[in-house]
Amino acid sequence: MLPAPYSIQRVRQETDDTFTLELLPEDSGREFSFAPGQFNMLYVFGVGEVPISISSAPGDLPLIKHTTREVGTVTRAMHQLKRGDVVGIRGPFGSCWPVQNAIGRDVVIVAGGIGLAPLRPALYRLMADREKFRKIVLLYGTRTPEDILYRRELEQWRGKFDLEIQVTVDRAASNWRGNVGVVTTMIPRAPFDPSNTFAMVCGPEVMMRFTVMELLNRGVAGDRIFLSAERNMKCGIGFCGHCQYGPTFVCKDGPVFSHNRIAAILGKSEI
Amino acid sequence: MIHTLEPIVREQPFFHGLEDRHIDLIAGCARNVRFDAGSILFHEGDPADHFYLIREGLVAVQTVVPHNGLTTLQTVGGGEVLGWSWLLSPHRWHFDARAQQPTRAIAFDGKCLRAKCDDDHDLGYAIYTRFTRIVAARLEATRLQLLDMYGKRG
Repeated sequence: MLPAPYSIQRVRQETDDTFTLELLPEDSGREFSFAPGQFNMLYVFGVGEVPISISSAPGDLPLIKHTTREVGTVTRAMHQLKRGDVVGIRGPFGSCWPVQNAIGRDVVIVAGGIGLAPLRPALYRLMADREKFRKIVLLYGTRTPEDILYRRELEQWRGKFDLEIQVTVDRAASNWRGNVGVVTTMIPRAPFDPSNTFAMVCGPEVMMRFTVMELLNRGVAGDRIFLSAERNMKCGIGFCGHCQYGPTFVCKDGPVFSHNRIAAILGKSEI
Repeated sequence: MIHTLEPIVREQPFFHGLEDRHIDLIAGCARNVRFDAGSILFHEGDPADHFYLIREGLVAVQTVVPHNGLTTLQTVGGGEVLGWSWLLSPHRWHFDARAQQPTRAIAFDGKCLRAKCDDDHDLGYAIYTRFTRIVAARLEATRLQLLDMYGKRG
């Protein structure tokens, strides 16, 4: 599959090591659609390709946004790009957040760090049809207050869309007046009815494991908990095997999995 | 008419499942308290004669770290219990606690409750079981904090 050229409209610095690329296709007639939770393979020409979740609203198309952290050669090179530079995109790939399964239920979204980025399209989908869902609760944890993503949007969502948003940080200086503690500590008291809740979780794998434990302890059914798994991906289409996760491939069976599907392998060090 | 805290104590999830007579005993050691934002609930080293059930607001558990200053280790919010040093000798607070917001709480007299637990071991068992769960949850959360989950890998 050949990458389609997209030009950078804007590079937005989110935190000191995390940035968002806003992209438009060079071919204005290119058809592209995606579902929340899917990812693209982004190609920095001459450097390499990385999988990054789409973090924009489906309604923003043809504009696509990708939020990523600078962690390696390709993302470092990507961070040096400017408006007008071109990247290649293959995709979209992978499974999506089954938001339609949440209709008529409370929805709890637990995000850790950059894990909020793949969940943002799902939040937009929920807000677009707000009346179809009961309570919507976003629990968001980051390392420090300086690492909080999409701050302005979080404030807007809180005020405008009747979302309960709770943010916590793992560490903070004394001038931080908010919650301090890991995001899992907010689950026992969060305002949702566990007997009728649909949960979406994304973040570091250890955070997701403990989040699932707390959700199950609270009484949320395992088949209504969905996670976005992360593995090294190369081809994005289930050929190379780099992203194999037990009996599944993250690129085509995931990255979104129901907890029940991967419960037996979640946390297994051999996998 | 004397208003007691028994109905308020009864409705707190922390005390769910307790027998009525135990609720009465606990309420006898309780009083309502309020803290303005910024006020200190207790300092490290002070006698730990109380524990608090936060009804509304947010309290920061803090300590001074040389060169970093006052550092918040965790916050305790509505519905959560603050303090277990009252249970364990020498009954001294290990950290500071400061209200981050206007905070309403129920303060439970530790000496009063310890004496009642000594007299009624069923009450003691119920109290210690509940606090053990809290301490275990806080330990697990602290371990996750230590992992620095969001830090760069490799």
